[in-house]
Amino acid sequence: MIIKLATRNLFHDRARFLVTLIGILFAVLLVAIQLGMFFGARQMITAMVDRANADIWIGAYGADSIEQGLLLTGRERFVALSVPGVQEVRPLIVSFAEWRKPDQSTAHIVVVGSNKGEEGIEPWNVVEGREFPVSPNGVIVDRTYAKALGVTGIGSLAQIEGHPVRVEGLTDGIRSFTTSPYVFTSLGEAHTLTSVPQGQANFYLVKLAPGADTAQVKRELQSRLGKVFVFTKDEFRKQNLSYWLFGTGAGGALLGGTVLGLIVGTVIVAQTLYSSTKDHLSEFATLRALGSSAQYIHKVILAQAVVSGLCGWALGTVLTILISTFSGEAALPIIFTPGLAVFLLFVTLVMCTLSAVSSILKVTKIDPAMVFSR
Amino acid sequence: MTRAPILEARQIVKELGEGNAKIQALKGVSLTLHPGEFTLLMGPSGSGKTTLLSILGCILSPTSGSVIVAGENASGRSAEQLADLRRRHLGFIFQAYNLFPTLDALDNVKLALDVRGFSAEEAAKRAEESLRAVGLGHRLHSHPGTLSGGEKQRVAIARAISSSPAIVLADEPTSALDTENGHAIMELLQKLAKDDQRTILAVTHDPRTIPYADRVIEIEDGLIKEEANGAEAPVEAVGETRPAGGSGKTGRKRKQYANA
Ligand SMILES: Nc1ncnc2c1ncn2[C@@H]1O[C@H](COP(=O)(O)OP(=O)(O)OP(=O)(O)O)[C@@H](O)[C@H]1O
Ligand SMILES: [Mg+2]
Repeated sequence: MIIKLATRNLFHDRARFLVTLIGILFAVLLVAIQLGMFFGARQMITAMVDRANADIWIGAYGADSIEQGLLLTGRERFVALSVPGVQEVRPLIVSFAEWRKPDQSTAHIVVVGSNKGEEGIEPWNVVEGREFPVSPNGVIVDRTYAKALGVTGIGSLAQIEGHPVRVEGLTDGIRSFTTSPYVFTSLGEAHTLTSVPQGQANFYLVKLAPGADTAQVKRELQSRLGKVFVFTKDEFRKQNLSYWLFGTGAGGALLGGTVLGLIVGTVIVAQTLYSSTKDHLSEFATLRALGSSAQYIHKVILAQAVVSGLCGWALGTVLTILISTFSGEAALPIIFTPGLAVFLLFVTLVMCTLSAVSSILKVTKIDPAMVFSR
Repeated sequence: MTRAPILEARQIVKELGEGNAKIQALKGVSLTLHPGEFTLLMGPSGSGKTTLLSILGCILSPTSGSVIVAGENASGRSAEQLADLRRRHLGFIFQAYNLFPTLDALDNVKLALDVRGFSAEEAAKRAEESLRAVGLGHRLHSHPGTLSGGEKQRVAIARAISSSPAIVLADEPTSALDTENGHAIMELLQKLAKDDQRTILAVTHDPRTIPYADRVIEIEDGLIKEEANGAEAPVEAVGETRPAGGSGKTGRKRKQYANA
């Protein structure tokens, strides 16, 4: 009966219910989109590090993220190879460059060069063409950026820093948080296309021997290499995230939007619930006179809040799924996972429960004696 | 009426209002209600009828004096404990029916039973039974908005008796109804009061209701003035205490009402 009374109270005033739903919907959407973007951004930012088959990263000081690698001397590779527990050390070039389309217009790109093999970064999700460039001037780009790069398909030609290149493969879904597309190529070609001299690199990717202790090898590398950074894979992921999300304020803006959505949603729901409670006050007084416990009435109000919350959440989830489906091509895709949906449900219920507080305080003060004075 | 009383009020004093506006609405009222009785509480406007009813119904607490409901003393109880007393022993009927407009007749009664902790099946069974008992078996799924005043009051009566409380208290149950419906409701209450597990007390202004009662208690200015058996009550005398009373016509009205 509690649920029945609660839903009837809600549906009784359709306009108010609509406002409630819009309030919750607004909050759910805002939170879902902001968090979805946040997750989308996280995924974009860490994709390269996640994909690289490296246990430890060596980079020059000041390289705050993978896109901002500075030049290492090349000496690091040999020092690293002499450390016990290190199996392999592979150079990686990641460098901003200029891409010139056949029509002579240009775009900023990030050249990613490594050797084919387990320890580099190979393009993934290749949907067309080669898995890895074979010819000296071969590159692989992502479909998402084909238009921006003037690429019409396999075999498209362009220039990077004045050197001719040919598209040999297309990937799907390799996005760049900086919006400068990644262009994958072999290490040799990357030396040609960027200003990184032979024998040098932006990063060295360290593969450990089986059974080696990561922390210990890291400590040893750091002490022998001196003025470079030595990060485990996980530390470098975090470094990239903290640089892009928190160093640049992008993450703060997204999370701030989330909090704002929650506050606005709570206020709207609290407001409509309160006015509904006020309208039904005489009914609550009747319930009280009939002997209902205060708890029973609180449950009716909470049920109103929760039912509104569930409806708003369901609507919001459906809308977010639609939006995230269409956001695939956007600069910042929204990643909506079942986990996020469950989290949103939880957040919505917390929000609605909080909104019920003022109404519950209101009915706590009702005097059942008002039933006789109508 | 030699049975043990179901409800006892002793020396009830109730002060209402604050400061200069403070008044003594009840100035030491004692009364006793027995099972199987239909009692009327009559008196002029402002005499303290509703206040007394609220106190007997454990909705208001008296300033002094005590109320004993089905053997339990209501004094010194918290709001929650008073609600519990009401839940277990009392049924209410209001002048304005106080039904839930969004629920149909059956659900209105079921809600009261749910509040009282009856299981869903038991509540459904009892709700239907009590609606049939008040003659609304055919309107179980009608909403209050579609019911006449008399029908609404029947739903309210069904709600009040559905949990079989020992005491049913009614404040002006007929004053919003026309003569015919008022008559029917009084007849129904009279019939329901015949149950020897139950006592019914109704506040009323209307002398035409007197013939239905077993007892009439008259209150004036916060004090019980007179008590008579309903059947022998001097209708005209009681009628005179009403400010806008029915004057000479009262007697005839009483007859019409009782015999219609
Ligand atoms: N909350 C209150 N504060 C102050 N005075 C009150 C309050 N409620 C009632 N009174 C006063 O107490 C007295 C008794 O009121 P009560 O409502 O019990 O009268 P009543 O006999 O039910 O009258 P009526 O026939 O008009 O319903 C009246 O003088 C009334 O003005
Ligand atoms: Mg009154």
